Amino acid sequence: MILSIAEALRKAIYDEMERDDKVFHIGEDIGIEGGFGGAFTVTLGLEKSFRDRIIDTPISEIGIFGAACGAAVMGMRPIVDVQYGDFLFCAMDQVANQIAKLRYMSGGKIKVPVVMRAPVGVTGRGSQHAQNMEPYFLSCPGIKIIAPSTAYDAYGLLKAAVRDDDPVLIFEHKLLYGAKGARKEEGAIDASSEIPDEDYTIPIGKAIVRKEGKDATIISHLLMVHHSLQAAKTLEKEGISCEVIDLRSLWPLDIGLISESVKKTGRLFIVEESPKQGGIGAEVSAQIAETIPDHLISPIVRIAAPNTPAPFSPVMEKFYIPQPERISKEVRKIIEEY
Amino acid sequence: MEHEDIIKELGKEKLIGFYTKMVKIRSFEERIRFLFLEGKMPGTIHQYIGMEANAVGVCSALQKDDVIASTHRPHGHAIARGLSFNEIMAELYGRTTGCCRGKGGSMHLGNLEKGMLTAIAIVGGNLPIVVGMSLAFKLMKQNRVAVSFFGDGASNEGSFHESLNMAAVLNTPSVFVCENNQYGASTSIKKVMKIENIADRARSYGIEGVIADGMDVIDVYIHAKDAIEKARKGGGPTLLELKTFRFCGHSRRDPGSYIPKEEKESWQRKDPINNFKKLLLNEGLAGEDELDDINNLIEKELDESIIFAQESPEPAPEDTLKDLYATMEVPE
Repeated sequence: MILSIAEALRKAIYDEMERDDKVFHIGEDIGIEGGFGGAFTVTLGLEKSFRDRIIDTPISEIGIFGAACGAAVMGMRPIVDVQYGDFLFCAMDQVANQIAKLRYMSGGKIKVPVVMRAPVGVTGRGSQHAQNMEPYFLSCPGIKIIAPSTAYDAYGLLKAAVRDDDPVLIFEHKLLYGAKGARKEEGAIDASSEIPDEDYTIPIGKAIVRKEGKDATIISHLLMVHHSLQAAKTLEKEGISCEVIDLRSLWPLDIGLISESVKKTGRLFIVEESPKQGGIGAEVSAQIAETIPDHLISPIVRIAAPNTPAPFSPVMEKFYIPQPERISKEVRKIIEEY
Repeated sequence: MEHEDIIKELGKEKLIGFYTKMVKIRSFEERIRFLFLEGKMPGTIHQYIGMEANAVGVCSALQKDDVIASTHRPHGHAIARGLSFNEIMAELYGRTTGCCRGKGGSMHLGNLEKGMLTAIAIVGGNLPIVVGMSLAFKLMKQNRVAVSFFGDGASNEGSFHESLNMAAVLNTPSVFVCENNQYGASTSIKKVMKIENIADRARSYGIEGVIADGMDVIDVYIHAKDAIEKARKGGGPTLLELKTFRFCGHSRRDPGSYIPKEEKESWQRKDPINNFKKLLLNEGLAGEDELDDINNLIEKELDESIIFAQESPEPAPEDTLKDLYATMEVPE
């Protein structure tokens, strides 16, 4: 059946809760009767099937993440909904000091299998409800990070995350959910997929080639995969062949797949929706420059948001987010120069 | 119940057990303080001298499969919960035989198999985790209780507010034990809080707030037992405030010069071990010789644990890369 990302995530949560009674979901506004199933409809109606395990909480992010941490240590498999990724910062001690480090501090004697669901994306809400904070967690050893750009991946990655014995942070993009009705997002992109009627997972740490090409490698995740594919389509018509890689996992990075592609194309572009400073592009380009510099025939290019918070004005917001036109322009420029 | 009746009900064996555990903590702390000042032990230490009745009173009221969570000052909790001198001492020395294989150190002592979570050294950090541990017990329909130990300082953290409120609305089997030792590092609690009793804060969460004398192990035990059994029966969380004092500085070489002499002396007159020893002798529950024997056995056990720790292997430097993920190696 064809499902949107919101529906695919809902099905994954349902299937995992059905499979394992240790799985529960905790967060704000996720199971209120007559409510909206979390800010982006992902958990809509799940409380009807699992009233005890869809747990609505006060607005208390420290409490929610701590509760998930403690429950995980005692053998449960909690999924946390943080409503907006921006609110992760309210819970930062629990995420970065407790969830990420407890296993290590215990000498590997305990497990903390928490799944944290964080919606991101620069989407008409200004600086505090519309940012991409993925890079903060790239410098947080102990947490795995995934970011699905299609419904097929969303289903398989979330299931893999629930079954993983380590903490997993899943970033979901507001413009890719495909939420319907009153919760529909302005400017949404169709990321729905055919979801086979089978129990499949997608391994964490594996990227995927979305489009093959020989002249340039474009790396991205979430919404930027869709923008990169659009740019590649434009460039293809001009005779420039781009390979587009969807990272799917931000940590661990599938540096093997990226390297193979760069060895083939000799040109690397990293596209991301978060500020350039200390971004994913910084990490990927450093790793490539450290390991296979001789394969590069042109400088690595980072195509990112400016080093500012996300602005509100639609005009500024459009400038802030790397658009397909900007991506194709940057690639074209490098191909012409080198 | 009157004190005398309670003493009768608890019986000699249990009371000697209280004494032994408290002396174990005191002797351990005094010994490692010496080792630390001699430069034989790495890292930093936050000591529990003067507060022994808290950990012993609360932990004695727990069942085997209950769980406690501790703080940056966890030595007393670890000993009271039944961790061995060996695994604690070796951890303080950073050895592979330590309870955290040398990765935790003084501030992260713990052994979940013995009912103690790896200690959480961020002030207020363990409270929400205890809500989660007790939520797990409730969801799994297990008849277990989770206990959070924290200090007066932690009760000014946002995590305290979020945790008590959440535990209240989720009705989890949690007990929040606030060891009010009057100082957050060097700052007097009077300077950072306008109320006399932290237990009063319970009312704003719709849960019970109880005060016990943290210098009296029997008083702590009785109140802790009530709170723990109430939680176990589905009665929800309790905030239990223990009025106590540390006879040492906040950490390492802190001489505690910010504590007025009179205040220190008045608390020292309430020394939980001296007074309890007097009680045992006066009630005829033990003789001097018997208690001396206990002390001597503890000293011997300490000697052995120091040798055990010092002779235990150091981790290999590369062990740094182990134990982070359950399912993969650390990526480069």
